[in-house]
Amino acid sequence: MIQGEGNKHAPFELVHKRKFNLKEGFFLSLIRTLGFTGAVILIIILLFVALNGVKALSWDFITKPPIESMTKGGILPVIVGTILLTIICMVVIIPIGVTTAIFLAEYSKPGFLLNSVNMSIYTLAGVPSVVFGLFGLSVFVITFNFGMSLLAGSFTLAVMILPYIISTSEEAIKAVPYSFREASLACGTTKWQTIWKVVLPTALPGILTGAILGTAKVAGETAPIMFTAAAFFTPGIPKSVFEPVMALPYHIYVLATAGTHIEQTRPIQYGTALTLIILVLGMNLIGIILRSKQRVKKAW
Amino acid sequence: MRKYIPLKWQTKEKFVEIIISSVGFVSVIVLLLIAFFLFKEAFEVFYRAGFYHVILGTQWYPTSDPPKFGMLPLIAGTLTVTGLTAIIAIPLGLATAIYIAEIAHYKIREFLKPLIEMLASFPSVVLGFFGMVIIAPILSNWLSSLLAERLPELLRNTSLPFISTTLADFCYNKFFISSGLNMFTAALMLTVRAIPVISSIAEDALTAVPRTYREASYALGAGKWETIYKVVVPASVSGLSVAVILGIGTIIGETMIVLMVAGGAAVIPHWIFDPIRPMPSAIAAEMAEAAHGSLHYHALFGVGAILFLITLVLSLISDFISKKYRAIKIGEKV
Amino acid sequence: MVEINQTKYIFEIKKFSVFYGDFMAVKEATINIESNKVTAMIGPSGCGKTTLLRALNRMNDLIVTCRPKGQALFHGIDINDKDTDVIELRRRVGMVFQKPNPFPSSIYENVAYGPKVRGIKKRSQLDDIVENALVRAAIWDEVKDKLNESGLSLSGGQMQRLCIARSLAQEPEVLLFDEPTSALDPISTAKIEELIVSLKKLITIVIVTHNMQQAARISDYTAFMYLGEMIEFGDTDKIFVRPKNKLTEDYITGRFG
Repeated sequence: MIQGEGNKHAPFELVHKRKFNLKEGFFLSLIRTLGFTGAVILIIILLFVALNGVKALSWDFITKPPIESMTKGGILPVIVGTILLTIICMVVIIPIGVTTAIFLAEYSKPGFLLNSVNMSIYTLAGVPSVVFGLFGLSVFVITFNFGMSLLAGSFTLAVMILPYIISTSEEAIKAVPYSFREASLACGTTKWQTIWKVVLPTALPGILTGAILGTAKVAGETAPIMFTAAAFFTPGIPKSVFEPVMALPYHIYVLATAGTHIEQTRPIQYGTALTLIILVLGMNLIGIILRSKQRVKKAW
Repeated sequence: MRKYIPLKWQTKEKFVEIIISSVGFVSVIVLLLIAFFLFKEAFEVFYRAGFYHVILGTQWYPTSDPPKFGMLPLIAGTLTVTGLTAIIAIPLGLATAIYIAEIAHYKIREFLKPLIEMLASFPSVVLGFFGMVIIAPILSNWLSSLLAERLPELLRNTSLPFISTTLADFCYNKFFISSGLNMFTAALMLTVRAIPVISSIAEDALTAVPRTYREASYALGAGKWETIYKVVVPASVSGLSVAVILGIGTIIGETMIVLMVAGGAAVIPHWIFDPIRPMPSAIAAEMAEAAHGSLHYHALFGVGAILFLITLVLSLISDFISKKYRAIKIGEKV
Repeated sequence: MVEINQTKYIFEIKKFSVFYGDFMAVKEATINIESNKVTAMIGPSGCGKTTLLRALNRMNDLIVTCRPKGQALFHGIDINDKDTDVIELRRRVGMVFQKPNPFPSSIYENVAYGPKVRGIKKRSQLDDIVENALVRAAIWDEVKDKLNESGLSLSGGQMQRLCIARSLAQEPEVLLFDEPTSALDPISTAKIEELIVSLKKLITIVIVTHNMQQAARISDYTAFMYLGEMIEFGDTDKIFVRPKNKLTEDYITGRFG
């Protein structure tokens, strides 16, 4: 406080006479309250599914196939279907996604071509999942003649998750310090040797984290597989990639809406929902933990 | 170091670069293929039924004889439910972002951020399921009887001139919910889907605001709310609008929630408790029964093409805004 | 295999300039670097000394806008000729950076990195190379029991010597040092300086430093650069005792910098 004429406040007023600002208090508490909405909803839904689903969950439930037109029995082929869909999808898309990320981070030169690649990744990320389903139907199911099959569904999911894999991998590659590249090149290695021996190993944890989070997204998707892979019922585990499969999200949808015994199969619906959530959120949690560990570990 | 051309490693490097660059263009090709196949399959319906009849037709009876492919009810369903969701979700999403980025204590933030992220990857089929078994019954049994029966009764008993008749009738007419599966339920569940999308992008935008701005504001004696409202939010307004646009894109494209809880009636809605059939749910519900190559099949691709165009435009707008925004950020660093 | 130029100079730089876009960072510099000697480049920051150093093994290629002009010969061969094998050049002209930058792998892997990439697979041969390089970098005694520990677990000075060992494992003829001690404490600095002096029996050394005492202590020749120009180049003793140029004198006596 400046001493002098016109300054009528004694210094201690700063401490003792701080007025409570009504407007500030109102808005801050409003935001505090609203800020928790998402978390509260998540917890409510989780509790709801968990409490109802845990009754249905048992060893038999996850290791036995459904019986009596799916009103009893387990969901083994459903779980296997989802796992197969995600694994084939990831095996197909990770090499393409990571290579694209290497292109963007290491080889691309500014200009029209780079802009068009970035633009299409950005646009692909915003395309609705049901549109990917239509694309998969038209291309993989009909044009390539895969039929409604594991392969068609995995490819459709792969196309859908491509932008996500590219951007997480690109981020991981760009996070590798420039000095590592410099050090390697100064040893007399080529650009590709530097990428292969130094950049990619250093970026690998980040790339894998992105892949795990991407897998979680893929496992929970319904719309892209509805007309490309998912079957209402298959008697067992598929014997080839050209057979349709059952999948957890589609199973929930089918039992809850289209089945003839909607009320009767409620426990199975809850159990399937809980299994799906454990799978998806479990992988998410692993990804989040891995990522925060990497942040701590980065000493360079 | 003798000069010998071409060196073995140089040839190999060139080879690797060509392969990587070609794979790099896969995403462009995929996008073009999606557009090509959608429009190829959609062309037939616009050609045979007439573009304006399809877009502006008010009757969607794909299985009647003759079939009618007026998409207006579907488009109206999508637009209304998106609008209603946006009204609820945008304030919630932005508030979450502001809370996490500006107000929350470090420890709460570390706890809240992963939760929001998990909400983002929460399977939408489970959200739809939750809406069906919990929200819909609550609306049709509890809320409906409260607002359309108890409240009018109460109002009538007041015997006040205007309130006892007009308002009571209004409540009775407007809040009677015959089925819990309607636009409002869908909007509630879509809100859950949109909050994490909006809040995570908005949070990035807020944290990108340089700390010096906040310090300058505090140094001038501004309070926390004034600093947020007058300094941080204006400085990040382009990033926040990108968050809102991408959030709207998510709402428009979300399929399973509207498929399961929106009610499925392909009519133009008049009120928030009307059942609707937004575009994604029409595709998802009808594709299974539409024979490959039938006009119905092509019509559903037509719906998909419109959906694709809407999200394409939203992506282009948000990309444009975020490019400008990035330019400003670089400018600030220099 | 190499047509050894008969002069005693390993690098012959003549009227050599480097541009960043339109900006001329090095202006027609002329300098000859003698083998098995330590040549220091000093000058205030932004004078182009690092740019000139990085031009010697074409590390500037990594900067898109950077473009050299003029004559820079290594054993009589134009460094910047498009037919010059830049990979072989960088193997023979190694570089140590300002901040120690070991890879996030083990000490052993760090040193074995270059030979391995070059295709040496035999474990015993690699063991020899690694030990040899670490001994010459005067760090063997400190790390011989923990070769499998992360290179990032070492102290700053040890990391820098590890980076020197990594370069030495390539059997380079020249080592370029870009302010190698600016991020280190005085004791680590002394060790690195000692190491540099001992290394000159085997290889040629060019060092960029903004520490004039360091240049005076370890170098045989000193070049003073200012605003991209090579102001003065000659014997270290002469430059520090009797500089010919007024600017050099002002800089050395601390009147600016």
